[in-house]
Formats: sequence, structure tokens, C-alpha cells
Amino acid sequence: MANATAAVTHGEHEPTTTGLDHRKLLMWAFLGSDCMFFGTLIATYLVYKNKSIEGALPIDVFDIPVTSVSTFVLLMSSMSMVMAYAWLTRGNLKAFRIWLASTAIMGATFLAFQMFEFRDFAVHGQLTPRTNLFGSTFFTLTGFHGAHVTLGVVWLLSILFHSFRKGGVTPEKNLDVDLAALYWHFVDIVWIVIFTVVYLFGVFEGFPGAAVSTGH
Amino acid sequence: MTTIPLAIPRPVHPTGIWSWITTIDHKRIGILYGVTAFLMFFSGGIEALLIRIQLARPEQNLITPEIFNQLFTMHATTMIFLGVMPLSAAFFNFVVPLQIGARDVAFPRLNAFSYWTFLGGALILKMSWLTGSAPNGGWFGYSPLTGITYNPGHGIDVWILSLQVLGIASLAASFNFIVTILNMRAPGMGLMRMPLFTWMTLVTAILLVLAFPVITVALIELFFDRAFGMNFFNVAAGANAVLWQHLFWVFGHPEVYILILPAMGIVSDIIPVFSRKPLFGYGTVVLAGVIIAFMGWMVWSHHMFTVGLGPVANSVFAVTTMMIAVPTGIKVFNWMGTMWGGSLSFKTPMLFALGFVTMFVIGGISGVMHAIAPSDAQQQDTYFIVAHIHYVLFGGAIFAILAGVYYWFPKLTGRMYDEKQGQMHFWLMFIGQNITFFPMHFTGLNGMPRRIYSYYGGLGWDFWNLVSTLGALILAVGFLIFIYNMAKSWRKGEVAGSDPWDGRTLEWSIPSPPPEYNFVEIPHVEDRDDWWEEKQRRRERRAVPVVAGGSDADEGHDIHLPQPSYWPFFVSLGLFIGGMGLIYLMNVDADGIRTLNWAALTVTVAGLFMGVVSVYRWSFEPVNDPEPDGGHAAH
Repeated sequence: MANATAAVTHGEHEPTTTGLDHRKLLMWAFLGSDCMFFGTLIATYLVYKNKSIEGALPIDVFDIPVTSVSTFVLLMSSMSMVMAYAWLTRGNLKAFRIWLASTAIMGATFLAFQMFEFRDFAVHGQLTPRTNLFGSTFFTLTGFHGAHVTLGVVWLLSILFHSFRKGGVTPEKNLDVDLAALYWHFVDIVWIVIFTVVYLFGVFEGFPGAAVSTGH
Repeated sequence: MTTIPLAIPRPVHPTGIWSWITTIDHKRIGILYGVTAFLMFFSGGIEALLIRIQLARPEQNLITPEIFNQLFTMHATTMIFLGVMPLSAAFFNFVVPLQIGARDVAFPRLNAFSYWTFLGGALILKMSWLTGSAPNGGWFGYSPLTGITYNPGHGIDVWILSLQVLGIASLAASFNFIVTILNMRAPGMGLMRMPLFTWMTLVTAILLVLAFPVITVALIELFFDRAFGMNFFNVAAGANAVLWQHLFWVFGHPEVYILILPAMGIVSDIIPVFSRKPLFGYGTVVLAGVIIAFMGWMVWSHHMFTVGLGPVANSVFAVTTMMIAVPTGIKVFNWMGTMWGGSLSFKTPMLFALGFVTMFVIGGISGVMHAIAPSDAQQQDTYFIVAHIHYVLFGGAIFAILAGVYYWFPKLTGRMYDEKQGQMHFWLMFIGQNITFFPMHFTGLNGMPRRIYSYYGGLGWDFWNLVSTLGALILAVGFLIFIYNMAKSWRKGEVAGSDPWDGRTLEWSIPSPPPEYNFVEIPHVEDRDDWWEEKQRRRERRAVPVVAGGSDADEGHDIHLPQPSYWPFFVSLGLFIGGMGLIYLMNVDADGIRTLNWAALTVTVAGLFMGVVSVYRWSFEPVNDPEPDGGHAAH
């Protein structure tokens, strides 16, 4: 049974030493690398937390209820991605397409929220990347996360369009979708960290270093 | 996508320049890497010679201070990122698949992409000499020297974009080799049967994928500061310039091991062959390499002892730095143990390997001297540091790389290099190395700061500086012999045969030069040093029937290799063009007013568009075209 599953998953490939497909192993290595990428951005943010001399601070600009909604949408998109993959492996292409499209739509919704938020910070909060340390670190960190989500949406839509070609997406080639799903879940997990560390810790009292901005 | 005709035919160029541009054969890519990296290495050598000529006598004015700053920045950046790293990558490419019994790497097209992207990054950097805006901030680019206030113009932007593009190349190559080594080993080759060079390639690749994102982010932050006026390193806005130092060295110290671990792997493969003994304490050598890679993350602040991080931080990093000398020492003792009682033969590869061990030990000892924080306060930013770094990277990494070049040259070309000239090269290098770099210990302890373009006479530095310069000329002569030897032997050398050294590992079991498919039958590995054991015990080789390509087992030895492709080259070209555009994206005038350069933006967008289109073409191009008589089409 295990062998049969492996044969489906890796139908086109010669057997590998670990039994994992090459591309899947590469994706894990890439995600490890990307962890260091976001880790460094988050570290920069934390090093400069409460070090801004002037300009708006997290407490001045963050609207937690609004960002909670966009966070919820992004997290639900992960569930929808799981559904899409599950339907694909069961051979139901139609359901696969519906769930995949909804994943991409939810990702795009998150991005729309982010654009609205960025604009709102700039217009009402007077916070731009040039304003202060908070502005530079915040926009760079969340901006690169947004770029990752954008890439993910483009990837999902590419798969969606490809699935309308004959033999473009098939249950046997589910690895193509599996890889995009891995990436998608990773980007979600990164957002959980950003939402907690940047947004929640930045606003609520009782969290380390929240609210006030005297030497930390 | 509509601008590109959708049916570009698959490239079929058996020879000529297009065969090299579209090749995805790991051996040819290895050759491309090696030849390019040596060209870059020699250009870095010329920069070094100019530096040494300027410093030969006190108060010389051959080179202006401005050019001198560019020279030492370009020399170091070139040697590290365009010299040693791609030379190691050349060996990864050529040797690793042969050592693990594979027909190619896991992602042949990604491999071609790595090379072309590396070339693009190298050209971005080196072309800055022509535009007159070569970077001048030193290879570790300390803030605020690299900020727009103190460094206007586009020199630092060249440096940033070049390193970013090179980073993409290195990351892609590392992902590829991690997967290749973990996933494509011949049956029976467990991790603890892998040759040491393959082991160290794996460790290096893992280090690289974890370390490079850190410098990527640091460079992005620096670029945003310069181009868009952000505040990451803007002290006036409350930023801390030391953050750059931390980010740089969190990357920079693992980077040191990225440079040296492949060298250790090469030497660990060569010494057993020329001692006719198995590697002494194989498991210990592997473990020492892994521990070095792990501990390499805990020592970065020893580059920053004089920054003022405080006694606790300095003590912790002093202790970890001393500790990391232990696994390195273990390796040295293992190499000695391998030679002990062996039947030694001092051919050129062995001489260079021994040169590596001795020179690296000297560099290691001065490294331990830096580890003592109070002592380092005296050595910081003097020529003593320059001496140390050249003992580990030139006497260390470059000696090992040359050992590897001589060792695998017969496998690569099928011909033997000229042994006499090889030995001459070694002795010129060995003597030149010590004449050039040993006196720097003296000038450094006498207080000569690094990176000064000139100095007054009578400070006790005159004589040893002249000696260093003479040594550099000896090194140059050595390299001329090397170039002559390689160029001549490649075409006219004696035919070497498949196994000239009585080798131990799988690459020596196949013809020289290896056929395109490497192994007719994938070997079945039963021992560490499998090929040696097979020869000794006249063991019957068991092999795996040919199933390459997965479909033609019934056709006997019809080996299907991945087909060439245009797209990796064009993705890299897009990255190169995009990178060139980004350098000039923003103009910043003397008052700090930023204006967008529309031409640069157009170039950037065009480059990225080219890259994206090519990525799509690549994604939808099958590794192998379907057979003409059947199979499902890709589109």
C-alpha cells in the first residue's frame, strides 16, 4: 500500500535515496532558507522596537480588529488549500478548482487589506517607510511578506489556468500542487508570527515592550 | 508571454557556443564554473599585485587613495565571492555526481541557471571598473561608510546588487546539491560511506542556504536606506550602526566555513590516495566538519571584539572561538594519522594538500590568537589580520583548490598535467605564500593598519613591506606556470587513463574524461572507498540495471539524459539586466533629494519581465521531450 502511494506520488521519477521526490526535498530546503530570511527581518524589527525618535508608533496606527479579519482570511485560505489538494488526490478536478480559486481569492483579499492598511497608515497615521525606525522595519517586513503572498497567488492562479489544459493538472501529478501548498502554508505561518510579534505585542499592554517608547 | 513565440524548438547544438549556453551537463557546467572562477581569481590577483606595488615603498603615489579603496574592496569581494566560492562550486559540479554514482545533479537546468546567474553577478561587479564606480567600502561594507551621505554615487549599489545576484546563484546551487547528495546516491551508499568531499559539500550547502538569507536582508536594508531614504542604518533616526556588523558577521562567519569546508573535503580525499591508506578516523573527520559548521554560528562577534559589546559578550565569543579550534585540530590530527605509516607519494596534488595542512595550521594558530579578546584589541584592523586571513584563505582554501585541480585534472580532461611544472608551481606558491604573508605578522604587530594606501618611512614597516611585494611577484610567476601547464596539458598532455592515482572513490571507476552519462550502470556500493575495495578484493561489481529516464529498461543501455534548454540562461540574463537597472534606479543629489531614473526603471522592469517569462517557459518545458511516436505532449 505504501509502495502504491509512493508510485502515484512519484510516478514520473526514478527511485530516490530518501524516497522523497527531488522537488519536495528542494522545497523544504528552500523553506528552511526562507525562515532565515524572515528571521532576519523580524530580528531587525525587534532590535529597533521602541527605538524610534519621532513619528507614529504601533499604538498610533494599528487597528487590531481590522488586521484580525485579514489574518482570519489568510488562515482560512490555508484550510481551503488543504481542501483543494485533498480533492485533487481524490480525482475531483472540479472541486479542486473551486477550492484552489477560493484560496487565491482569499490570498488576494489579504493583500487588498494590506494595501488598504499601508495607505491608511500613510494618510492618517503619517507613517511611511521614511518616517522613523518603526516605519522602515515595519513596511519592509510586512512588505516582503506581502510579496511572498503575491507570488503565492500568482502561483495558485497559474496552476488554476494550467488545470484547464488537458492533462495539465492530474491526480498523478499532485506534487505540482503539493509544492505550492507547502509554500502557501509556510507564508501563512510566517504571518502568524508577524501578527503576534508585530501587531499584538505592539499594542496590548502586558506584552513585552508594548505601548510606551522609553528605553527598552 | 504573447511576445515570445510559444514553440521555440528544443536546442540541439552538439558543439559550438550554443552547446555551452544551453548545456545542462554537470561536467560542462563544472568546467564553465572553474574557467570563469579562475579568470575572476586572476583579475583579483592583479588587483592584489597593484596594492602590493603601491605599498612596496613608503610614500609612493602610483595609485590614488580613491583607487586604492576600490582596489582592496574589489580584491576581497572578488576573491571570496567570484574566486573561492565558485571554484568550490566547480568541484561540487564536476566531482559530486561522480562520487555518489549519479548521472547528473537532481536539477540539471537549475544547475545551469546557477552558473549563468553567477556569471551575471560577477560581470555586474567587475564591469564597475569600466564605469569608474567600483565599490570602495571594504568587503564587509561597514555602516555608515556605505551610507549615501558618506558614499554618494553608485559604487555601493553595484556591490549590493552584485552580491544579491551572486546570492541567488549560490542559493540555487546549494538547494541543488543538498537534494542531489541526499537523494541521488547509488544504492548502498549510506551517508557514512560518502567520500569526504561529498560530505563537506553537503555541510557547506546547508550552511549556505541558512547563512545567505541573512546577508540578503542586510543588503536589502542597506539598499532601501540608500535608494529610498529609509532609516535602518541612519543613526540620526536612532538606528544602531552595529546592527550592520552583527548581520554581516552572522552571515560572514559561516561564510568563512563555506570557503574552507570544501577545501577540507578535497584534502581529506587526496591524502588517503597518496598515502595508500584509508582516511584515519573517517567518522571523526565527518563529525568534526559538522561540528565546525554548527559552531560556526556561535562565534561571529569575535570580528567585533573592539566594538565595545562588553566583557560578557566578549568572553562568551572568546570561549566559543577557542572551542571551534578543537574540531579543526581533530581534522589536522586525522590527516596526520592517515599519513602515518602510509606509503607516501609526493605528487603535485599531495604537495598542495600538505601545503594546505601546514599553512592552515599557521593561520589557525593566529586565529586562536585573535580569539583572546585582549590580544585581539592589539591586532584588530592591522596587517596581522591580513596575514591571518591569507594563511587560511590563500594558504588554506586556494592551496586545497589547486590540489583538487591537479588531482582531478586527469579525470576532467583525460590527460595528465606536466608533473615537473606542477612541482615547480607548488614550490613557487609555497615559498611565495610565506614570503608575502608571513612578514605581515610583523608589520601588523608593529602597528601598520590595514587599508592604508601609503605610509611614512622609518616606522619599521619599510623592509617587510618590500619583502611582501617581492613575495607577491613570486606568486604571480607561479600562477603563470600553472596557466601554461593547464592550457598545454589540456590539449597535448599524456593520456592519463581512467585511474592514474590508483584512486579510492567512484569517480576513478569510469573512463577519463567521463562519458556524458557518467556511469553505464549505476554501481552498487558495498564499502566506504568502494572502488578501492573492489580493486583490492577483486570483488565482482554488482550494478543496478539501467533504468535512467525510467522508461527504456527493455532497450538495454539506451540512457536518457535530460535535454539541453535555453531557459535557465534567459532567466539569468533577465536577472542580470534587472540587477543592472536597479543599481541606477534612484539618483541622489548632494542635498539628499532623490529622483527616479526612468531609464533604469525601464531596464529593471524589462529584465524582470524577461526573467518571469523565461521562468514560465522553463516550468512548462518537460525535462525530456516526449518520444515522437507517442506519449502525451507537454502542452
